[in-house]
Amino acid sequence: MGDRVILGPYAPGTAVDAALDQRRSDVVMTVRESGLRGRGGAGFPTGTKWMLAAAAAGDEKYVICNADEGEPGTFKDRVLLQEYPDLVFDGMVTAGYAIGAKEGYVYLRAEYRYMLDALENVLEKMRSEGRLGNAIRGREDFDFDIHIHLGSGAYVCGEESALIESMEGRRGEPRIRPPFPVVAGYLNKPTVVNNVETFALVSRVMEHGADWFRGIGTEESAGLKLYSVSGDVQEPGVYELPMGITVNALLETVGGTDAAAVQIGGASGTMVTRREFDRKIAFEDIATGGSIIVFGPERNLLGVLENFLEFFAEESCGQCTPCRLGTMRLLEGVRDLQNGSVEPERIDALRNLADSMAISAKCGLGQSCNAPFGSILDAHLEGVAR
Amino acid sequence: MTTRTRIDWNNVVQDVVDMRGEDHTALIPILQDIQRSHGHVPREAQNAIAIALDVSQARVAEVISFYSFLTEEPQGQYIFRLCQTISCEMDGKDEVASALERALGIAFGETSEDGLFSLEYTNCIGMCDQPPAMLVNDDAFGGLTPQSVQDIVADYRRKGEER
Ligand SMILES: Cc1cc2nc3c(=O)[nH]c(=O)nc-3n(C[C@H](O)[C@H](O)[C@H](O)COP(=O)(O)O)c2cc1C
Repeated sequence: MGDRVILGPYAPGTAVDAALDQRRSDVVMTVRESGLRGRGGAGFPTGTKWMLAAAAAGDEKYVICNADEGEPGTFKDRVLLQEYPDLVFDGMVTAGYAIGAKEGYVYLRAEYRYMLDALENVLEKMRSEGRLGNAIRGREDFDFDIHIHLGSGAYVCGEESALIESMEGRRGEPRIRPPFPVVAGYLNKPTVVNNVETFALVSRVMEHGADWFRGIGTEESAGLKLYSVSGDVQEPGVYELPMGITVNALLETVGGTDAAAVQIGGASGTMVTRREFDRKIAFEDIATGGSIIVFGPERNLLGVLENFLEFFAEESCGQCTPCRLGTMRLLEGVRDLQNGSVEPERIDALRNLADSMAISAKCGLGQSCNAPFGSILDAHLEGVAR
Repeated sequence: MTTRTRIDWNNVVQDVVDMRGEDHTALIPILQDIQRSHGHVPREAQNAIAIALDVSQARVAEVISFYSFLTEEPQGQYIFRLCQTISCEMDGKDEVASALERALGIAFGETSEDGLFSLEYTNCIGMCDQPPAMLVNDDAFGGLTPQSVQDIVADYRRKGEER
């Protein structure tokens, strides 16, 4: 693997200095022009999100870093926060400057509490060096501070409106959107919620320029991406590779060429089998927040699907019926399938159920169950693995 | 549980509220603090919190019941949370689970009688590159084997008994 840029050396403060050399609106333009799209999964253009928040009425605005990283198979945000906290925080400060916010929060999942002290120390150091707090870098017109808010163990709190509910002291139940957080987010104020990696990439864009980032990846999916690779590979870990890389090329890099199937995008993602390994990992083909789980030919794919559905059934917040009951019914169905006692009509009914959850569930949790359900069932029926 | 002096939950809550404030956004941090210091947030504490923050008791209870790191029932001093999600599941989770049950002397979902240990399954903890993995309170352990689990449990048992 060549020289790494995201996971390369970084002099703290570089991104913020570069941002402060520009007008606030120009920082937003730079992020837009870079083509950066959110790395938390949905891929919303970051510059557009910031533009909406900057334009929203009111002078109290918030920046939130989504460090809930609960999608099965992802751990890149853990590595960024442990090894490159300045890169992430500087991206948040840049966002604060760009949209005119004075406060930022990191929503850190409870499972990552072991990082809390180290992160607080970095923030304290930033304050003592004038990189955080009042009049950042001597700029009287720019105050911005960052606080860490700990999660309490709930996958759905990674969904941005549930995350905001949780920060406000309630159950993490997703809100009806619109209004979107950029208009009415934390405490009903305009709020930018971005993934940990998105903020890290903002810092690199500030450092190296929009053209550099835009020049990597594909037309619709610009730049570099961190991939969390696990499962049946020789070298599990975090890989920095361009967007738009094919599944094959990725498997070669990580030592996973024996793979029968690859789950891209975590439990809520899609399974692809060998004949589709020339497809691209990109927003326009197979989207992912970075979770890549590799399965060798000996794996029982229905068992994999059962594991994912157990996850969804447990993590469903229970607020909407399609998700609360749908996840349970799908799980029962897969268990019956494993016992071999299922009529073809039942399989069709289960697929229909998953598809109707996609249009009727309130948030991405229930909406995305059809992706693993359909694709893993197909892979199983194809007989690519045990 | 061994005999404990009676806890004055009103005092416990008051101290935490003094630190965290009475704003509704402080509710979860308050619950987290009490959970950590006392191993649970019992009804008495919930009621005191509801009064201090001027929210309903139901609001406090529904928040606790939502989050897996908050509990009304007492938990052990050391909570073992073994990851059950796919990358860990595929790489020896079951053997490690049995070894944990043996070493701790409790089954999943249980708390030991001396109040030292709780054992649970948890979903993905972001350690998929080092399976199988678990959390013990705030510490993460990866690449577990039935053998390494015995050593880890022994360490915590020693720590717990020293306190
Ligand atoms: C069930 C569910 C869980 C999610 N978990 C996360 C998460 O852990 N981290 C994250 O950044 N985004 C997560 N998201 C996506 C967020 O809602 C949101 O799109 C994202 O934080 C926006 O940041 P980005 O534009 O930088 O990607 C989740 C979405 C859903 C529906």
